[in-house]
Amino acid sequence: MRLRYLAIVHFLILPFFVWASPVTTIPVCTSCEVQTISRALVLAAPHDTIVVREGTHESIALEIKKPITLMGESGAVLDGQNESYILMVLSDSVHISGLTLINAGRSYTKDYAAIYLSRTRHFSIVNNTIKDPFFGILIEKSHNGIVKDNVVISNRVREDDSGNGVHAWHCSNLTIQNNELSGLRDGIYLEFVKESSIEDNNSHNNIRYGLHFMFSNHDKYLRNTFRENGAGVAVMFSKFIEMRENHFVQNWGTASYGLLLKEIYDAEVEGNVFSENTIGIFIEGSTRINYTGNDFGRNGWAIKVSGGCYLNIFSGNNFMSNSFDVSYNTKMNDNRFESNYWSSYSGYDIDKDGVGDVPYRPVKLFSYIVNKTPESIILLRSLFVDMINFSEKVSPVFTPDDLIDNTPAMKRLRYD
Amino acid sequence: MLKILKYTFADLIRSRWSYVYLAFYLILGFVLLFLNNDLSKAVITLMNIIVVLTPMIGTIFGIMYFYSAREFTELLLAQPLKRSTIFIGQYLGIAMSLSFSLLVGLGIPFLVYGVALSSQIWDFGLLLVVGAFLTFIFVALSVNIALRNENKVKGFGYAILLWLFMAVIYDGLFLISLMMFDDYPLDKFSLVVSVLNPVDLSRILILLKLDISALLGYTGALFQNFFGNGWGMLISLSMLALWSFLPVRLLIRTARRKDF
Repeated sequence: MRLRYLAIVHFLILPFFVWASPVTTIPVCTSCEVQTISRALVLAAPHDTIVVREGTHESIALEIKKPITLMGESGAVLDGQNESYILMVLSDSVHISGLTLINAGRSYTKDYAAIYLSRTRHFSIVNNTIKDPFFGILIEKSHNGIVKDNVVISNRVREDDSGNGVHAWHCSNLTIQNNELSGLRDGIYLEFVKESSIEDNNSHNNIRYGLHFMFSNHDKYLRNTFRENGAGVAVMFSKFIEMRENHFVQNWGTASYGLLLKEIYDAEVEGNVFSENTIGIFIEGSTRINYTGNDFGRNGWAIKVSGGCYLNIFSGNNFMSNSFDVSYNTKMNDNRFESNYWSSYSGYDIDKDGVGDVPYRPVKLFSYIVNKTPESIILLRSLFVDMINFSEKVSPVFTPDDLIDNTPAMKRLRYD
Repeated sequence: MLKILKYTFADLIRSRWSYVYLAFYLILGFVLLFLNNDLSKAVITLMNIIVVLTPMIGTIFGIMYFYSAREFTELLLAQPLKRSTIFIGQYLGIAMSLSFSLLVGLGIPFLVYGVALSSQIWDFGLLLVVGAFLTFIFVALSVNIALRNENKVKGFGYAILLWLFMAVIYDGLFLISLMMFDDYPLDKFSLVVSVLNPVDLSRILILLKLDISALLGYTGALFQNFFGNGWGMLISLSMLALWSFLPVRLLIRTARRKDF
């Protein structure tokens, strides 16, 4: 309520304000009147625009304490000289765009970032390129911000000397959109971030996670692509999140998942594509989650369910050519599988209503064996294993006998 | 030897069963590609068939031909020829004609669907190489059985049992031993055991090319490290070569001592 009130006041007053003091533009270049950005920052009145012209400008921990717009023309480079932060935003209503930031500092005790924002509101970071930073964009205790169209690229190889691409801590109402993040520790890391939306980002080839969030409730993750990250995407300890139409692709490795859900409650996982991951979704201690209309194709394990998962509903998903569709480590089951398409379903449909007449059991005996004796994976696709799977299918002994899809779809479900 | 090889090869190539076998693979290839229209998926399905079927066909065909060509063999034995020449010639004739059917039968449909231009060419090539190896190995084993058993029924029985053992029972015993010795580190053991059986070895070789994402789980990584790198590949292929060489040695020894 208070926010809306503020916004109305803002819109009423802003035109008068602008009219009263026309925005001045301060160009910065070696041949300009103002030669350094720090000088321009001193000269600038609130809501002025500083235009950084082509050329490399030294910028070591440059503090922005006024609401200004910092725009880079093409070829404008800020060089941090490997010392410290490059830009430190400490004021509300700061807009940074079109800059290339290089040589940010690196430290084992401080979280040096190319762009650091602390306790600000109504900021926007748009269309910047950050090369080989420690942290790319580090946002602390800030609200109502936009991080859009940025490219953060690094080529780190070790977790302990690399930082995250976009790192937000104790924030709310952020929009993180259409950024490209690669070669970092985590592409996007969120901790205590509320009511934010993460859209259309491309996070790939990061050392640890493509996306990582903890204690972040009421967030939306839409249309992002997570490809070839060290351990895929991990989300933990969060409530009321929405994950829709994301792509989780080729997250391969000894401990890699497309998506790891740990202690997640009341979430929607809808319309995502999981393809060629070691484990599509690994679920642990997660309750009341609806998995609807997802595509699982050619994963090792499409879904691996560990302990403490209750009242999850898997409906209308496509399971295609996975080595194991569903794997359980207990005989207990409190989750529902209904109306999914399973490519290994071999039942029939006499009344032609598109629903198979024979129930499908997604948990194979062999997946139970592999859980107990991991080395037995070497027998995958052997004739003997097919035989024991078949006999278990006929009369289940080891696998949860209530884990059944009673209405398996006969044809692949299309969502367009 | 070359002459005998040529005769056997020509004899088999002209026989109805070779055509049936060739036609089977042709139809299989075209149907698979028609239904899937996706080369990589067709290669996966084909793997299941090749690993099970080529040993079986090799075994049955080898023993059948050997029993039926017995009179011709006896005629050859009356000539001034070395025994090893005769039997190796016959063995190579059978194995090569079967492999020929396999290569041509699967090669044509996949070439028509453009495997040569796709990234699947190596997987497909490996599949054919493995299929040919399995044919050679199991023909040699079945010829051995045929040489040692005058009784056809017994010979057939042993041959089928051999195939069943390699394709099914071996894996069963393997799995049971893995489950029983659960508490011990089993990775080295399972590597060794799987290398010892040519059927398992071929399955894993192809699997690692195709199902890599599954096998890269925490235990799969070890297998991937072994079979996936150049050395593992070399060891596996030389193991297959050894498997095709040893029965031939045995065959020569048996043939030399046998009293016809």
